[in-house]
Amino acid sequence: MSFPEPISPRSPRFLVGVVILLVLALVPQISDAIGESYYVTIVTRILIFGLAASSLNLILGYGGLVSFGHALYLGIGAYAVGLLSFYGVSNGWIHLAATVGLCAIVSLLTGLVCMRTSGMGFIMITLAFAQMFFFLGVSLKQYGGDDGLKISSRSNFEPLFSIEGNTGLYYFSLILTLGVLYLTWRFVNARFGRVLRGSKSNIQRLKVLGFPILRFQVLTYVISGCVCGVAGLLLGNFTKFASPAYMYWTVSGDLIVMVILGGIATVMGPLVGAAVYVVLETILSSYTQHWMVILGPMILVIALTATRGVWGLFPRGEAPNWEKRTP
Amino acid sequence: MGIAFRLLGFVAAAALAVCAQAQQPIKIGMMVSLSSSLGALGQDQRDAFMLLVERNGGRLGGLPVQILIEDDQLKPEVATQIVDKLIDKERVSIITGITGSNIMMAIHKKVVDKEVFIIGSNAGPSPIVGPQCSPYYFHTATENGQRAEAVGQYAADKGFKRVYAMAPNFQAGTDTVAGFKRYYKQPLLEEVYTPLNQLDFQAEIAQLAAAKPDAVYVFYPGSFGVQFVRQWRQSGLSGKIPLLSTSTVDGINLPALQDTAVGVGDGSFWGPELDNPANKRFVEEFEKKYNRIPSQYAAAAYDAAQLLDSAIAKVKGNVSDKKALMAALKAADFRSIRGAFKFNNNNFGIQDFYLLEVAKDTRGRFTLKTGPKIMPSMMDAYHSQCPMK
Amino acid sequence: MGPACSDGNVRGQFAPLSFHSFMTWNLLVIQALNGLQYGVLLFLLAAGLTLVLGVMNFVNLTHGALYMVGAYLAATALTHSNSFLLAAVAAVFGTLVIGVVMEWAALRNFYRRGHLDQVLATFGLILFFNEAVRMIWGPAPVYMRTPEWLSGTVNLFGFDYPSYRFLVIGVGLGTAVGMYLLIHHTRIGMLIRAGATNAQMVSILGVNIRMLNTLLFGLGAAMAGLSGLMAAPLFAVQPGMGDNVLIAVIVVIVIGGIGSVRGAFYGALLVGVVDTVGRVYLPLLLRQVAERTIADAAGPALASMLIYVFMAIVLAVRPQGLFSARR
Repeated sequence: MSFPEPISPRSPRFLVGVVILLVLALVPQISDAIGESYYVTIVTRILIFGLAASSLNLILGYGGLVSFGHALYLGIGAYAVGLLSFYGVSNGWIHLAATVGLCAIVSLLTGLVCMRTSGMGFIMITLAFAQMFFFLGVSLKQYGGDDGLKISSRSNFEPLFSIEGNTGLYYFSLILTLGVLYLTWRFVNARFGRVLRGSKSNIQRLKVLGFPILRFQVLTYVISGCVCGVAGLLLGNFTKFASPAYMYWTVSGDLIVMVILGGIATVMGPLVGAAVYVVLETILSSYTQHWMVILGPMILVIALTATRGVWGLFPRGEAPNWEKRTP
Repeated sequence: MGIAFRLLGFVAAAALAVCAQAQQPIKIGMMVSLSSSLGALGQDQRDAFMLLVERNGGRLGGLPVQILIEDDQLKPEVATQIVDKLIDKERVSIITGITGSNIMMAIHKKVVDKEVFIIGSNAGPSPIVGPQCSPYYFHTATENGQRAEAVGQYAADKGFKRVYAMAPNFQAGTDTVAGFKRYYKQPLLEEVYTPLNQLDFQAEIAQLAAAKPDAVYVFYPGSFGVQFVRQWRQSGLSGKIPLLSTSTVDGINLPALQDTAVGVGDGSFWGPELDNPANKRFVEEFEKKYNRIPSQYAAAAYDAAQLLDSAIAKVKGNVSDKKALMAALKAADFRSIRGAFKFNNNNFGIQDFYLLEVAKDTRGRFTLKTGPKIMPSMMDAYHSQCPMK
Repeated sequence: MGPACSDGNVRGQFAPLSFHSFMTWNLLVIQALNGLQYGVLLFLLAAGLTLVLGVMNFVNLTHGALYMVGAYLAATALTHSNSFLLAAVAAVFGTLVIGVVMEWAALRNFYRRGHLDQVLATFGLILFFNEAVRMIWGPAPVYMRTPEWLSGTVNLFGFDYPSYRFLVIGVGLGTAVGMYLLIHHTRIGMLIRAGATNAQMVSILGVNIRMLNTLLFGLGAAMAGLSGLMAAPLFAVQPGMGDNVLIAVIVVIVIGGIGSVRGAFYGALLVGVVDTVGRVYLPLLLRQVAERTIADAAGPALASMLIYVFMAIVLAVRPQGLFSARR
């Protein structure tokens, strides 16, 4: 059992984490210095999927429930932007509110149904809901169907800031992702989070103790869905395009792989997992068209050896004395 | 004397600089879907394009080119990333390929807004054919529904009265059947759109048999086509009711179908047995190099390469002169393997459409034999919506 | 007997005659038979996975990939030898060997690791197999012949029914009977049943659980290969063909109940009939109640969602599946 304890400032994990954050903050400047703004694009994509994977981590890593349908919320976020733009509404705050609102409703309704099952049943029913929305998206011909829906301009957050340019979108994604990571860290250490983690390790005991577990799980699922929806909003802005393909079950699978690859039930894990996955894909595909034949076994090997994910390879180090908890 | 030397030196340096510039290979990006359900189409596009480039020793228009081949996996966010890489990092002035319509819709505006040329050789979704046409976009295949329009015309010419149409329930499916109806003009006996995840058409074939049509039209690309035609053959209807199609029995599927597809009709702008010297050469070289009969997707990509070959030669390699390149491309001054070809106002082709039929060729392989010309010099249905002249 | 009257109907508007012309009884019977036939095919695909998932509690996502490999081996063997029997041997033994090697080399380390790691590992293997197959055979579909003595049709209720389907039904039912005999009338079957209810107890009682696991996994792989062989003349043999089948199969297993072969059988038949009959009649029914263009758009969309909705209902009412082996 790994409870994220307060971090020791001298542990490798802390140091690497700080370095990562510094690099992320400076990506546009570094990219300009090299003269290739393309790197901003790649890291934006990493951030977006890192955000989606972090949202999945809440329910999968900490809650122990394997959702195979999280790509659904990516789609809802992208289509919220797409449909509102289609009808002429480009205000970013409205886009954000609509995304969170829609995701909250959908995740609440589907969550209530899904929570009746567990294990394999939960996996399949979450997948089923995602597939249903995928087919729905494909059949909505007036919004492009599977050809997708173009978004003419990005969400408008002016006069506060603009995300129309790549750098603007990058920093917006960065701030949102870091914000979510921070909130995740606070969340899992708070009472709510600890009940949730407890339900993953021994749900019977918690029920006996009188906790309304269902409420905790559904609420976590809703929060997770809303955050993933925000990632979807960013994805729609990134590509200026909404497509049912964002909701396909293989995308949900990719998200799960990113979470596990990075390290479940850790705060930075999903972001690291997303980065590893995207970087590996980009590098390998530039060498050979058949890069998946290498990536597949790599994932298998990582699953075999790094049982706590890539982020888990960095040791946490000792906590300072005055904050030591009993195991 | 000193001045003369300096002048000579200056001229020599300038000449050297120009030469060095000319020796820089022209970078062309090719983005196709290789690892996805459309992988076989992307592979044909790539192989056919590279056939011409490699025959010319890595040159187009007499000048060295560097083709950067990228795989978009049919995912819009990957395509966005690739396009940024090609334009911002590699600084290409031309992108070609684009297998999937959704990818085209995702990147079209982004690329043409940056004044980079796109030579599309497969996906032709109607918005970019009509209202969103761009002078930077040229297309060597057809608008998505155009082949179906040709088959619809054929069905009308043959006097079929009870046509039963089937297609998968996605955008291309509905667009295609709409195209068929546009030229067939009579009401269809029935239109069935099958779910995307469906493998087994037995039930639909039973419905079809019950309705007793006098012809069937289907659009079932890729694996759908293999499934449908096989099951159609096994159902025993294949001799009794004529089966017309588009993109269902093409060079990709025929090796998997072989004799089960005999007699099925197909409508397209090109067939491997079209009788002109350029096509004979193309098919012979393609078969020799890749050991398979080229498909219409390969044909369009080969013509894209030929188009670029002629245009780059016309501007003498100066692809940064966009106006000149645009004019050179528009001229379409090359021997297309499909016969007559020129660009319409929207930079889509004016070309002939043929009815093709699956049969054995002289070497005992199954291929598409050229049938009657259905529509000479056909224009797509959306060109009038394009504001360009 | 054919349709009552369908000349002179003007399409493009309300056409009640078309519905009644399709509602003849023998057509309905034929469609129900088609549904049963499809169900038997699904059972063939599902049987191997339900054993592995149910007894070993192992989420084997590679089942679809093994099905694909079986189909490819069969197609290649048939093209080179012209003998359907040889193709059958190649498919079944080939996948048996590959399955056993996979299990022995990598997957057996994952039995204790929990569903998430199993999902990750088998997901990596799917990527590997899809790309490996693409590298060896190319991305285009591959030729698979129907055996000559089965290429004809049989006249049933006035419709011509493909003979090959009868072989599929035969093999499917034979497999069902064979598995029933294996599980209920042999010693190994007793161990399998015991393992499905309480795996730990079985190993404590001195059974070589490792051998049993390898045997079971190999059996599951061989069945996947057999189903690939049978499906190859019907469906396209190309990379990624296992992915869609995998989803349908897991839906069947979840509906029928994990670990129960009886559940897989009845679940498969149910799914087959619901899917087939629903797919064909839903658009027609919709035309009765809604305008033509809406019905034509909604019909196929709803039809694709049908099995998922069905699964959601079953899970809502009976979360462990209809015939579950577990309490």
